[in-house]
Amino acid sequence: MHDGIGRPTVAVWKFASCDGCQLSLLSAEDELLRIAEEVHIAYFLEATREVVEGPYDLSLVEGSITTPDDAERIRHVRDISTTLITIGACATAGGIQALRNFGDLDAFRSLVYARPEVVASLADSTAIAEHVPVDLELRGCPIETDQLVEVISAVLAGRKPVTPTHSVCVECKLRGNVCVAVADGTPCLGPVTQAGCGARCPAFARGCYGCFGPTESPNPASLSAWLEEQFGVDHPELLRLYRTFNADAPAFRSESRRHEEVAP
Amino acid sequence: MAGPQLGGAAVMAVDELDTLILALRADGYRVVGPTIRDGTIVHADLERSSDLPQGWTDEQGPGTYRARSVDGDAQFSYAVGPSSPKEELFPPRQRLWTATSDGDASFQVVEEVRETPRIAFLGLRGCELAAIAIQDRVFLRGSYQDEVYAANRSDTLLIAVECGSPGGTCFCASMGTGPRVDDGADLILTELLDGDPRFLVRVGSDTGAALLERLTHREASAADLDAREQVVTAAAAMMGRTLDTDGLHDLLLDNLDHPRWDTVADRCLACTNCTLVCPTCFCSTIEDTTDLRGEKAYRDRRWDSCFGLEFSHATPASVRTSTKARYRQWMTHKLATWIDQFGTSGCVGCGRCITWCPVGIDITEEAAAIRRASDPTPADLPVPPTGAR
Repeated sequence: MHDGIGRPTVAVWKFASCDGCQLSLLSAEDELLRIAEEVHIAYFLEATREVVEGPYDLSLVEGSITTPDDAERIRHVRDISTTLITIGACATAGGIQALRNFGDLDAFRSLVYARPEVVASLADSTAIAEHVPVDLELRGCPIETDQLVEVISAVLAGRKPVTPTHSVCVECKLRGNVCVAVADGTPCLGPVTQAGCGARCPAFARGCYGCFGPTESPNPASLSAWLEEQFGVDHPELLRLYRTFNADAPAFRSESRRHEEVAP
Repeated sequence: MAGPQLGGAAVMAVDELDTLILALRADGYRVVGPTIRDGTIVHADLERSSDLPQGWTDEQGPGTYRARSVDGDAQFSYAVGPSSPKEELFPPRQRLWTATSDGDASFQVVEEVRETPRIAFLGLRGCELAAIAIQDRVFLRGSYQDEVYAANRSDTLLIAVECGSPGGTCFCASMGTGPRVDDGADLILTELLDGDPRFLVRVGSDTGAALLERLTHREASAADLDAREQVVTAAAAMMGRTLDTDGLHDLLLDNLDHPRWDTVADRCLACTNCTLVCPTCFCSTIEDTTDLRGEKAYRDRRWDSCFGLEFSHATPASVRTSTKARYRQWMTHKLATWIDQFGTSGCVGCGRCITWCPVGIDITEEAAAIRRASDPTPADLPVPPTGAR
């Protein structure tokens, strides 16, 4: 599978997504050139028409599974990939399009399309790992370029990547951010959201909105109770807080469902 | 005329704070002390006394902190914020070494050169001096000496300011670490606001005595010493929290199956904030990385927390999978087994873990609930949030 000069081959795949994660690789110009020196980018349609036939040493998969065709295609991708890494909230949790999982697909379809009967779509938007075994999930909407470079470096070196699954709070403390929730009363999902972004939003005095999905041991029910009691955040607002880019990640899904039930 | 020596006391005007900072900087010290940033009193490098949060105070409670401006001349009229000397002495991230490949199979390991920064901490409270003493014991006095901490601590100067305004989450009086400071610092200041604002300065070391020599001062009078006594006595009576430490070690260890651990675990987010703001928590992890080309490898150390799942990862999995097990580990270590390990409690009563907990969990309340009854009544067990695990 290695190319003629011994570089491992890499394929970048797109499923239902906005392409933002692929773009965060493309827009990382310095790193991209260094990556291209170390691996043979064999399939990356967003970057080049040149396609080298598989199988591939490493596949990076962006996007969620939303159609019967894609449910087939991801199995093929798995078959021809030694290592498969999913990148971004769509691929790891179903993405923003998983909001449909909470609604009625047929109703949406008739509203949006002139001839809904020709649109072949699955009822739910689901993560890649619900369809095929995944070696590593890289979170984020979009992913952080630094984390992607770290993961590719780790794959090349045959070592474990450093991609901690603890909360965003750790990153705030490491970089010296003052807690926006405690010191400013800003609702923040940081305590229940996985690290990886470098605590970008709190560094700009914004609350975390959970784009890296739930932590390794999330407790959103406790956070919600506090936000309701201390900050006056009501149930509809709590529902919306959890129901964004990682709406269908299990911990966020069950929490937003809970507020659906109690919402007036 | 020679000024006060070790144990002596003098009085200096408020303006002399500026002279003090400039003198320290002239001696090559970074002066690290309180300043206002992002609406919060944090530690940062001070260049002049005008960098101090003069005219600011704070209001703290479980899960809440607000700084607010007040009238008056006070320079140190606030409790501790989220920063602590730990950030300088045991930094959040430290590179330990870099390995460089010489091609093929050979490589060279280059250890990081340890700088020994001159740091003068200004405005340390009793709780913070106690925390430094605890970390000294952990990092320097065991069978293993931590090189990073030792280098950062080797040329430090400690200037305490006795606390006259404890916050809503403070309980140093319970832990015997403050507000009164009698030793452990090179200079011990007390801000006296009766009559002309001034500082009582007591000398805690020869270095402190030499420093005081360079400041304009006069001999302390009985009235000055009396004013200081009133400040610390009043402060001791203003503690927002109390922790009954009597028999606490055995109480906690005898109640490892107390139902209170379940109720606190329902609230705990396992987010790690309490441990990261704690001035004595010392846990770290090692991160090994390589560059894309495989030519360099790095070993870094960063703060870690016993609230993380990976922290207790022992082959083949984490041994503390529940938040209950992790909270209990943290609290029993801090208040009980720390004593077995290091001879003192690991808690200095600064209240940071209470203030900076995003859901306001209060270690003093948790200890009190376990003390109230080994057979708890329903009233001792708060109702967990609906749907909580």
